[in-house]
Amino acid sequence: MNAIEINNLVKIYKTGTRAVKGVNLTVAKGDFFALLGANGAGKTTIISILIGLVNKTSGSVKIFNYDIDRQFDQAKRIMGVVPQEFNFHMFEKVQDIVATQAGFYGIDRVTALTNSEEVLKKVGLWEKRSSIARTLSGGLKRRLMIARALVHKPEILILDEPTAGVDVQLRFGMWDYLRELNAGGVTILLTTHYLEEVQQMCRHAAILKEGEIVRLDSVKNLNKLIQQETYVITVRNMQPLDGIQSYAPVVIDEHTLEVNLNRDEQLNDLLIKLIQNGFAVTDVHPKEHRLERLFLSLL
Amino acid sequence: MNSQWIAFQTLVRKEVARILRIWTQTLLPPLVTQTLYFIIFGKFIGSQVGPIHGISYMSFLVPGLVMMAVINSAYSNVVSSFFGAKFQRNIEEMLVAPMHEWVIVAGYICTGIMRGIVVGILVFLVSCFFTHPAIDHIGIVIMFIILTAAVFSLAGLINGIFAKNFDEVAMFQNFILVPLIYLGGIFYSILKLPVFWQNVSKLNPLLYMVNGFRFGFFGFCDVSVIFSAGLLIFLTLVLWQVNIWLLKNGIGIKN
Ligand SMILES: Nc1ncnc2c1ncn2[C@@H]1O[C@H](COP(=O)(O)OP(=O)(O)OP(=O)(O)O)[C@@H](O)[C@H]1O
Ligand SMILES: [Mg+2]
Repeated sequence: MNAIEINNLVKIYKTGTRAVKGVNLTVAKGDFFALLGANGAGKTTIISILIGLVNKTSGSVKIFNYDIDRQFDQAKRIMGVVPQEFNFHMFEKVQDIVATQAGFYGIDRVTALTNSEEVLKKVGLWEKRSSIARTLSGGLKRRLMIARALVHKPEILILDEPTAGVDVQLRFGMWDYLRELNAGGVTILLTTHYLEEVQQMCRHAAILKEGEIVRLDSVKNLNKLIQQETYVITVRNMQPLDGIQSYAPVVIDEHTLEVNLNRDEQLNDLLIKLIQNGFAVTDVHPKEHRLERLFLSLL
Repeated sequence: MNSQWIAFQTLVRKEVARILRIWTQTLLPPLVTQTLYFIIFGKFIGSQVGPIHGISYMSFLVPGLVMMAVINSAYSNVVSSFFGAKFQRNIEEMLVAPMHEWVIVAGYICTGIMRGIVVGILVFLVSCFFTHPAIDHIGIVIMFIILTAAVFSLAGLINGIFAKNFDEVAMFQNFILVPLIYLGGIFYSILKLPVFWQNVSKLNPLLYMVNGFRFGFFGFCDVSVIFSAGLLIFLTLVLWQVNIWLLKNGIGIKN
């Protein structure tokens, strides 16, 4: 069964902006799916339609086969949502925010309190349960958003740029947590600008450009699409380049070289050549993210 | 238990917590202003005004001033809470959940009525320092306080739904609610006005609320109590439907 099925989705805002222009998208149950796109591509609009914050202009959306035009209540019960911007009441207490959300989903008070305890512990906010939301740091506020989205134990978790403005350590922690949720069977759909995030976590990705999907594939295949990789090579001391001219190396500074390799060329061969020519290689790493390049080439 | 019922209870709990959390903005101000009215109008000016229908001016003021506080409290509770939720976007917590429109309307209205009643009782207690108000028909007093608070909670919700900024919240209160209140026969009996102005006054719905309420206290008033009650019930039903329709269509909330 598909977790999310979007057919011919169109959204034209009152201002006349055509934010989504006939999007078709299917997310399988259990998938970890990324929606990529530049600012204004329409990611938030699509997500807002899925969760009932924006009315669509036309097209259809099904969540676990529940059509949002006819069975939105059932659909809403199985979705958890982490919006792009903080949208909790800043002067309420952390646990109140989470337990209230559970109540809105129709979960009785006793269960709401135990569920909120469970998720707050999970995201490391239990110690802060009585703090006023406004006093949390930005990263903790993000975690609060995630806890709130999970309090009714949804089968689909939808996150709109969940790691924006989150430091590296917290981001990694969040990735682990999302992976764990996904391994536990929760289907995840997220939007992001961080391609690393997609490569690290997601199985499928759709690239959105000006309201249209320009590419939809597995992350594996998207990676394969890149024909060339630029490697940054750090050496102890620069040597004459004569022996490695066939690689057309570019000297960046006295310790750094850049080399383009085609996918059918071996990094191994290059390293051997370098050593034979007297280079002492101390580091080799890809210059940029492959997906980033693909992404840019599509935009 | 029914999930809509739980959602309703949750919303009421959240709203009551809000009223108590900011009690210095929700419960205290009407006490201060109404006390001033009792002192200035009732004591200073009232001493120069003769009795109305055989009732001292101070006592005559009590139902009107209680009603004024109820109206303001119910209205501002709903409009500021709902607009605040829109402004901070925490209204999305309700929109993403499978909550029916009537649950949202009912939740806000109930807490508007609750705040109206609490403030009404507090103002009534204050009046006891100035006079000895008697209540003739407690049932009618309760009915009018609830119906009036319901009408103004519903009106406040419409304002909150349409408002795009804080100015639009204040505008209705300043330019419509306040004149209606002052011209609604709180401070005078319209029977003392020239016939023309009596008829103009009868177009003001507040007149019926204040007078119905006053009937509960003294057993007399300027208009028909049955008509007043009927009008309030009618307004409640109409405004309820309007709110449900607005929310169903996402007016003002689902861009
Ligand atoms: N409420 C609105 N009214 C009118 N136009 C809007 C509204 N919200 C978004 N838009 C427009 O729709 C387009 C898509 O916006 P959207 O927020 O969906 O993009 P996004 O991909 O989420 O961008 P970002 O990465 O910046 O979050 C943009 O051109 C935006 O200006
Ligand atoms: Mg966005």
